[in-house]
Amino acid sequence: MDFGSTFFYKYRRFVKALKIYLILAGPGLIVMLADNDAGGITTYTVTGATYGYGLIWFLLLLLPVAFVVQEMTVRLGAVTKRGHAEAIFDAFGSFWGWFSFLDLTLVNWLTLITEFIGMTAAMSIFHIPPIFTIAIVSVVMLLMVLQGRYWTWEKIAIVFAVLNLIYIPAAFLVHPSIGDVLGQGLIPHFPGGFNSTLFFFLMANIGTTIAPWMIFFQQSAVVDKGMKEKDIPFGQLDTLIGSAFTVIVAIFVVVVTGTVLYGMQIDSAAQAATIMMGINPWLGTFVAIGLFDAGFLGAICISLSSSWAFGEVFGWAHSLNLKIREAPWFYACYLFAILTAGAVVLIPDAPLVLITLFVQVIAVTLLPAALVFLILLLNNEEIMGKYKNTLAQNIAGIVIVAVIIVLSTLFGISTLFPGLFGG
Amino acid sequence: MIRIEHIFGSRVGSIIRGWTGKISEINRRYATPKIQMSRGVKFALLMLRVYLVLLVLLLGYKFWTMLGGGGI
Repeated sequence: MDFGSTFFYKYRRFVKALKIYLILAGPGLIVMLADNDAGGITTYTVTGATYGYGLIWFLLLLLPVAFVVQEMTVRLGAVTKRGHAEAIFDAFGSFWGWFSFLDLTLVNWLTLITEFIGMTAAMSIFHIPPIFTIAIVSVVMLLMVLQGRYWTWEKIAIVFAVLNLIYIPAAFLVHPSIGDVLGQGLIPHFPGGFNSTLFFFLMANIGTTIAPWMIFFQQSAVVDKGMKEKDIPFGQLDTLIGSAFTVIVAIFVVVVTGTVLYGMQIDSAAQAATIMMGINPWLGTFVAIGLFDAGFLGAICISLSSSWAFGEVFGWAHSLNLKIREAPWFYACYLFAILTAGAVVLIPDAPLVLITLFVQVIAVTLLPAALVFLILLLNNEEIMGKYKNTLAQNIAGIVIVAVIIVLSTLFGISTLFPGLFGG
Repeated sequence: MIRIEHIFGSRVGSIIRGWTGKISEINRRYATPKIQMSRGVKFALLMLRVYLVLLVLLLGYKFWTMLGGGGI
């Protein structure tokens, strides 16, 4: 074959592979960008305000961490055709099944409240009352699932996921010094020395990287999408691209806040957006939209992960490809979660800060179990066949899971006892 | 024998009975873990139980100190 024919052949192959990827892309991209939810954005905002660009190198390390864990859910979902909740019941029995399911339901509901807190706080910057925000968000979330096709839901979710990239143009608005970002950000070091406050921030950033709902969500989404074993490489690529995007967004949040708010005492992303609105209205608007979108992405994924888990455990029909009359309990769970979480945010003097802290504590009761079950399931030849973990995957998986368990547990404990690590 | 319908009324009672029946059915279906209980699996599950017990004790301690005038 001459050069022209070879080039054309390779080009056609690439286009075909790209088309297949675009059809199969979704769960990995959505779950990873939804990982930058309202709580995640708050963590990155405070990190940037406290340490400037000094911890960007640490955020880069989160890419393999997120990828290694979430990639396992792709294989497990594609091979077993079961969600994570059902897989735990089936493999480990009803005790661990109920524990995981009830813990997931509780932590998801509490996290959903924090997403609504983030969305209402972001919209308050534009003087939109919380009740309007919650009402409109609830209606949009319902319409997204009621159209009756997983594919359509996924493509709408991807649009919102792409909006998460709004922090990139926001970073160009603040004109950061590229030399400073690269010089201070990319060389691993501990700004101000390794002390208890820095340790708290490292724990918080790791803690936001993997949440229990992400494991349950992606596996159920892979099943609902109908991915098969042959689609695993595309699912892995999707997860890798999603992991890269989640880290890119995190870095740009840090660049924005590290440039504008460095050295200021910042407690939340909404407070940061309000301050930025006074500095540059466009910047404040971008950051507020980013916070709202982060909360919205988190909310649509978390509420779905609960509904899927309910369907799997109770044996109800549970698919976005089904109409309401075909899967009434699935949609009822979804609606119930949205309405009750939204209602809590509207309760006057509700202990919202306490709820936000409580989420971090409850999450660490479930995350280690979910991660350990993931590793055990992926090592079972009877379940996984030729798709079981290789030695290299096990070494990477076990090391990462161990680090996540230790750091997220310490983070949860430090939330309970704030003086312990200085945070 | 006291029936649940006598306490909650027939409508609510039958709903509760339906749910408890469903939960019993799930417990029966998943009574035996399907995964092969190798030493590694047993050890991992034991560690998880120990971890959870310690965490619950810690939560209990925090709750106790909060009652004693502390607070998160």
